[in-house]
Amino acid sequence: MKSQNKEILYGLYDDDEDLLKAVKAANKDHLEMYDVYTPFPVHGLDPLMGFSESRLHIAGFVFGAMGTLTAFLFMTWVFTRDWPIIFGGKPYWSVPAFIPITFELTVLFSGIGMVVSYYIVNGLGFGVENPTLDDRITDDKFCIAFQTNGYSDAEIENLSSFFSKTGASEVSSKVI
Amino acid sequence: MSAVVSPIREPLITGSKSYHDITEDICAPTEGTPNPAWVLCLAISFIGVALFGFCVFWTVYFGIGTWNLNRTINWSWDITNFVWWIGIGHAGTLISAILLLFRQKWRTGVNRAAEAMTIFAVVCAGQFPLIHMGRIWLAFFIFPYPNTRGPLWVNFNSPLLWDVFAISTYFTISLLFWYTGLVPDLATLRDRSKGLRRKIYGFFSMGWTGSAKHWQRFESLSLILAGLATPLVLSVHTIVSFDFATSVIPGWHTTIFPPYFVAGAIFSGFAMVLTLMLIIRKVYKLQDYITIAHIESMNKVILLTGSIVGTAYLTELFISWYSGYIYEQFAFFNRALGPYWWSYFGMMACNVLSPQIFWFKKYRRNIFITFFMSIFINIGMWFERFVIIATTLARDYIPSSWSYYVPTWVEIGIFIGSMGLFFFLFLIFSRVAPVIAIAEVKSILKTSGDQYVGKNTVAHHHHEEHGAH
Repeated sequence: MKSQNKEILYGLYDDDEDLLKAVKAANKDHLEMYDVYTPFPVHGLDPLMGFSESRLHIAGFVFGAMGTLTAFLFMTWVFTRDWPIIFGGKPYWSVPAFIPITFELTVLFSGIGMVVSYYIVNGLGFGVENPTLDDRITDDKFCIAFQTNGYSDAEIENLSSFFSKTGASEVSSKVI
Repeated sequence: MSAVVSPIREPLITGSKSYHDITEDICAPTEGTPNPAWVLCLAISFIGVALFGFCVFWTVYFGIGTWNLNRTINWSWDITNFVWWIGIGHAGTLISAILLLFRQKWRTGVNRAAEAMTIFAVVCAGQFPLIHMGRIWLAFFIFPYPNTRGPLWVNFNSPLLWDVFAISTYFTISLLFWYTGLVPDLATLRDRSKGLRRKIYGFFSMGWTGSAKHWQRFESLSLILAGLATPLVLSVHTIVSFDFATSVIPGWHTTIFPPYFVAGAIFSGFAMVLTLMLIIRKVYKLQDYITIAHIESMNKVILLTGSIVGTAYLTELFISWYSGYIYEQFAFFNRALGPYWWSYFGMMACNVLSPQIFWFKKYRRNIFITFFMSIFINIGMWFERFVIIATTLARDYIPSSWSYYVPTWVEIGIFIGSMGLFFFLFLIFSRVAPVIAIAEVKSILKTSGDQYVGKNTVAHHHHEEHGAH
């Protein structure tokens, strides 16, 4: 999300409940929001924004299954094909003894895979600089942003009146 | 608010804080000049780090012969310290994962510091098996990599190898969980700072903006990682207990070990969290976020797990008698009344008897008693591992090889030094990152702030008005 000269008109709200009401009002007025920024996860926001459920758990399952197979098949190959050794008179393919490592690698693959997927889909990573609208959004301000490229004066006026109607404490614009 | 909150529920954030107050209070310790108490503690713990480094160097340079291990007692302080540190490292993931699944809101006040503590405790724990190898430069032999010796693989049937996988997985997942939660708070620090400091926090906060979609994925990821970490945290100490339980040493090969070790780990981990948090809340003036209610909740967990551990001790004694197996009977007779009777006594007094004081609400809510108890419990849990390891090995099947173990200065130095390392890492962390999860505390403000719940509620009518929807 490097800068592509997006013209953003945004309003800051002082409270999460004001934000939820404003997002409801925006939906009612059929205003298309660019994004909503909050200092913490505001519950009840996702359905209003029309987000579908995150698919990270699918990634977690797939990576976890890869871990299960990697561990189990590798140990099976080592002890039945590559270098069979008898330990304490047990069969070469002693499945119960493979369970702990299989479990650990399932968790390890799933966890790493999910976290890496999370950072990739979010476009986050060490050293990444995403443009931010206001420094107080990570403190106590709740922000609704509209992209206004190509908007007429009347449309921008409409957005400003939306902000004043829904009780935004500040309204500004910024090019990101 | 949509959440249903009992009017008698005790507030978890006191002082009628606003969102901005929360940011200010929690960020304050990382900004401005360091607290003199912090500088002093850092200097003392650095001496510990130096001691650790010196004694490890001594061990590696002159060999394991500088320890008092012998043919009979081949595991002692090293593995005792390893199990002790790993046990302490269980509270963080328990608090952040299991209590997240149980939707315990008091988790938010202590989870960040507890997770950091977990990571540093695992770092300390991991040193002991490595230096015990003697030839530490060959430590990579424990991983199954294609080698020129066949390739000859590691023994996947060995609990010691399971331990390698369990602990490295636990460390990795704990680190990822902790850092992912830390990113939004590092962004808060970034947005409050200027110049170089802003650049540094900007680098580590990964470009976090607080976008609604990111928060949705953040919560989804936290929940699934918690779901993964819950069986993981139970598996790690289970596997550590397999190191003993799968052997054929009387006193070790008992099926009760996995649950008993896990309960003991949670017990000692919570004690260490309390030791740290009682100091942190005072030094960093965070009493409004780590309240007496938090301390009481943790003391309840200590009472529960301490009683499980006590029950396990008594069950072990009963079963050794009931088994009718003389070697097993001797092992337990020797633990309680043999040459190391003092460590058994210390274990029973610190782990079983003293936590019973927490049946009384007055003591659960007393900061001084809690602080002393948290130290007692960690001493008791160290004794527990010493009793299991050294006492058992000191009296094996052949009386001619019986011996008595006393540590050398090198072993004592490594143990004390590992505590220095632990506190050093924790102090550095508490200076550069918020010790309380800022975003998570903000998210419970409306349901647990004292202006909204409890007897000091000022916005009561406001609350009812919203509850009526």
